[in-house]
Amino acid sequence: MQQTTYAAPRSLDEAVGLMAAAGGAARILAGGTDLLVQMRAGSLAPGAIVDVKKIAEMTTIVEEAGGFRIGAAVNAAEIGEHDALRRAWPGVVEAINLIGSKQVQGRASAGGNLCNASPAADSAPALVAAGAILAVQGPKGRRQLPVEKLHAGPGRTMLERGEILVSIALPARPAHSGDAYLRLIPRTEMDIAVVGCGVSLAMEGDTCVAARVGLGAVAPTVMLVEAAGAALAGSRLDEAALEKAAAACRAACRPIDDKRGTIAYRTKIAGVLVKRAALIAARRAGGH
Amino acid sequence: MSRVHVSAVVNGEPVEFLCDPTQTLLDVLRDQLGLTGSKEGCGSGDCGACSVTIDGRLACACLALGAEMEGCSIGTIEGLAQGDQLHPLQKKFVEAAALQCGVCTPGFLVASKALLDRNPDPTETEIRYWLAGNLCRCTGYDKIVRAVMEVAAEMKETAR
Repeated sequence: MQQTTYAAPRSLDEAVGLMAAAGGAARILAGGTDLLVQMRAGSLAPGAIVDVKKIAEMTTIVEEAGGFRIGAAVNAAEIGEHDALRRAWPGVVEAINLIGSKQVQGRASAGGNLCNASPAADSAPALVAAGAILAVQGPKGRRQLPVEKLHAGPGRTMLERGEILVSIALPARPAHSGDAYLRLIPRTEMDIAVVGCGVSLAMEGDTCVAARVGLGAVAPTVMLVEAAGAALAGSRLDEAALEKAAAACRAACRPIDDKRGTIAYRTKIAGVLVKRAALIAARRAGGH
Repeated sequence: MSRVHVSAVVNGEPVEFLCDPTQTLLDVLRDQLGLTGSKEGCGSGDCGACSVTIDGRLACACLALGAEMEGCSIGTIEGLAQGDQLHPLQKKFVEAAALQCGVCTPGFLVASKALLDRNPDPTETEIRYWLAGNLCRCTGYDKIVRAVMEVAAEMKETAR
């Protein structure tokens, strides 16, 4: 039987080296709330576990260029306790704080939620709406990736072999901007999104001047719905504009039928959530 | 097998142990350190019966590796009582019959203490959301929630 090794490097270079040495058999361990479940279920038997929680850049939140850089391994509880981040990006924080129980929140990271690549990952639609940029480091050095380009399909990312998601950068906020994330689940807590929708927008008076919409659990990957953002931008978020955004979201849906929701239901709900999330984001922006 | 040597603190006491790289913290606590208060319910982070604190944060011991604990401070149910003196939450759970079979109880107690340490005056809604990661198949939760509310109220009285 293959022996699994465990290492907790203190630098990214060392971590990248360990990943390369394991030749594709290594798995990153951040919060472990997905990895350990997969290992226990027998769906994964990594040759090497690379624990990244001793790497400072991956475990800290820094304010940078008017925005924030969240280490990919920062746990969700810590993100929820960061006052400045919560004020600037309430939608991103509420999405990340919807992942699992308090016990899971104490360990699970936004980076892990993204790299697990579930189409229903709660953090992803809000981060897509926010225009988050990922920093990725691997054997060929460092590169940046818009978060909406990360997912390749259920459980699959565009990260190349040996690459590590290092941090998630949120841009500076213009005045009068806000964001929101809504998900539909059949219970009040601790469930997987039937549909998840993030909206981030900027207002000038009563007019929405820029908007981005992220949609989850209705396609093989979380998506940026550009047409929905375009429908909101330039409008006063009146019913006609909201309905246009909803129609764009419905059109973008390519959902599955499963026990949590039918294709028709998920498609309809995508339109409902984008309208509600847009109005919450506008209220937070103070312009509506 | 190459085992990992770990130095950590458990309930305030320094401990050292050797573990397999894939051994969970829960297995280390129960099988190597003899701390069998933390229970294994699901083993996948859904039930909360293995709730512990790691560096002050509530976590499921089944979702952490023993190897990750180097330098960490871990709090388990065994650390709640001071000698023979039960923690107020433990006393109240007994008085209020906030348990039946008891398998979930250590997890509820550790989680409830983590809540009150952070928020000494939680609303019923806050308690119910905080404890949503702890499953109980006997009580219907109500007595547990009432017990935590009563302890919070009594702590507030004492603090006056």
